[in-house]
Amino acid sequence: MVLAEEDKRVCLVTGDLGFGVVEPFAAKFPGQFVNAGVAEQNMTGIAAGMALCGKVVFTYSIANFPTLRCLEQIRNDCCYHNANVKIVSVGGGLAYGALGASHHATEDIAVMRALPEITVVAPGDPIEAEMATRALVARAGPAYLRLGRSGEPLVYSGDVNFQIGKAIRITDGDDVTLIATGTMLHATTQAATQLAREGIAARVLSMHTIKPLDVDAVFEAARGTRAIITVEEHSIIGGLGSAVAEVLAESAGCHVRFKRMGLPSAFTAVGSREFLTKSYSLSVEGIVESAMQVLELASSRA
Amino acid sequence: MQSSKHLLTAARAPETISGDRDLAGFARTIRIATARMIHRAKSSHIGSCFSTVDLLAVLYGGILRFDPLRPTWPERDRFILSKGHACAALYAVLAEQGFFPKSWLDTFYQDGSALGGHAMHSVPGVEVSTGSLGHGLSLGCGMALTGKREARPFHVFTLLSDGECDEGSVWEAVLFAGHHQLENLVAIVDYNKIQSLGGVDDVLDLHPFAEKWSACRWAVREIDGHNLQEIECALRQVPFERNRPSCIIARTVKGKGVSFMENELLWHYRSPNDEEFKASIAELSSAS
Repeated sequence: MVLAEEDKRVCLVTGDLGFGVVEPFAAKFPGQFVNAGVAEQNMTGIAAGMALCGKVVFTYSIANFPTLRCLEQIRNDCCYHNANVKIVSVGGGLAYGALGASHHATEDIAVMRALPEITVVAPGDPIEAEMATRALVARAGPAYLRLGRSGEPLVYSGDVNFQIGKAIRITDGDDVTLIATGTMLHATTQAATQLAREGIAARVLSMHTIKPLDVDAVFEAARGTRAIITVEEHSIIGGLGSAVAEVLAESAGCHVRFKRMGLPSAFTAVGSREFLTKSYSLSVEGIVESAMQVLELASSRA
Repeated sequence: MQSSKHLLTAARAPETISGDRDLAGFARTIRIATARMIHRAKSSHIGSCFSTVDLLAVLYGGILRFDPLRPTWPERDRFILSKGHACAALYAVLAEQGFFPKSWLDTFYQDGSALGGHAMHSVPGVEVSTGSLGHGLSLGCGMALTGKREARPFHVFTLLSDGECDEGSVWEAVLFAGHHQLENLVAIVDYNKIQSLGGVDDVLDLHPFAEKWSACRWAVREIDGHNLQEIECALRQVPFERNRPSCIIARTVKGKGVSFMENELLWHYRSPNDEEFKASIAELSSAS
């Protein structure tokens, strides 16, 4: 809303979703709002067309609808033209857990990350989300902004130095680096607190930008800590874990221990986000346990 | 010829017309250049190019407002070749109008060329890249919506193939444009009735075609897509109705201009060999 007020280029195009969220925007900025209907391919195409006429266009929908449903429009219309289209998905990961696997966005990062030109950002808390949105308006070209379902707990209390493509070091430590993205950031910081109680110093990186990846932060983690664990609410294929693994595998001399935490490549079960993340070990306890295993330490709770 | 010349002088953007060339001559020049490119490149889609040539000749011969020296002039009319596989004809038109040197046409389809086998926006004068069918009309809707909201003077013209209208995304855009009353948007369908594996009526029948568009609140006109006067007359009269986007269903002939290519599915794919090329050029050159 603030951005649309400040910058008249900013437009919002929804695929007929956002009940209770988009109405105030539509009422205040009718000339900057479009409801494209339940038609994501066209939504993305018109967004690209508007962007090519000078607009900064946010497309908006939930789960896989603004990404996988219109993938080729994103690739050919947005990315190929380097159009100023920012794709927003609410409910990345398992936020719509009880709605079933059709509504679980669990391969979106992998798919978006493979496209040329695009910036892929998964903010870890509401503060990162706001800063990411601003940063993406300022950065020309296509982007994918993967959000939770709203109501995520705050990770930060004060000012945050948020830059696209720069990981944020939330805690420091030299035993293990926990690299989290998006909705897993909060649990990861809690896991670090718990590990500290066990005498393990964990470095937590918020890797809010998955593309372009902060390669330096990964190298520093490999050099400065004994192990790296990536944590994401996404398939272990193709997402943050894969991106970090690609960097590590191709760099000579990086012999750090490494583990990817994420979802198996399988259709996910039904349940609340809390239930599902726990059952896939994407919980505070699960992360602590993984850290212990990677470091070959026995958990005092075990 | 006389009437074509007259039409040219009455064009809505006289600054865009090069010399006093007639439209039929322009169309002939494009067909010959296109045949040359496709023969040299051993590429395909000559039939799909030829069915669009007369439409392109009229569009670029007096309808569209553009400036070859400023391809991104903000107030230009937008032309989107949604059937991107007919780009050889478009490239020939753009070179003829001075967007880039004609010598580029000789590189069409070659290794490292600026001119690929589907329309590319990196080519001066090509508005957007296309090639995957069913994208152009949505892009056009976004441009037209912006133009309408900002009361900008440009029109958006999108040229679709008939086979392309199998794509669901086309109909998403058709619904959108009608609903949003995009009267600055024109869709031209190259209705040559032959698609990739057969006749349009046999593969996925579009009938009743005009009615589908008008049911979605478009103003529709059916014309002979090779009659230059009819094409020009229709294009000059857009929007056909206030608050409605305009659809021109142009009845065309695949391979138009070379008798042995006309209405033959084969020429969706086949590249003319030396003999066929010679015969094509002879026939095209002698056409009035």
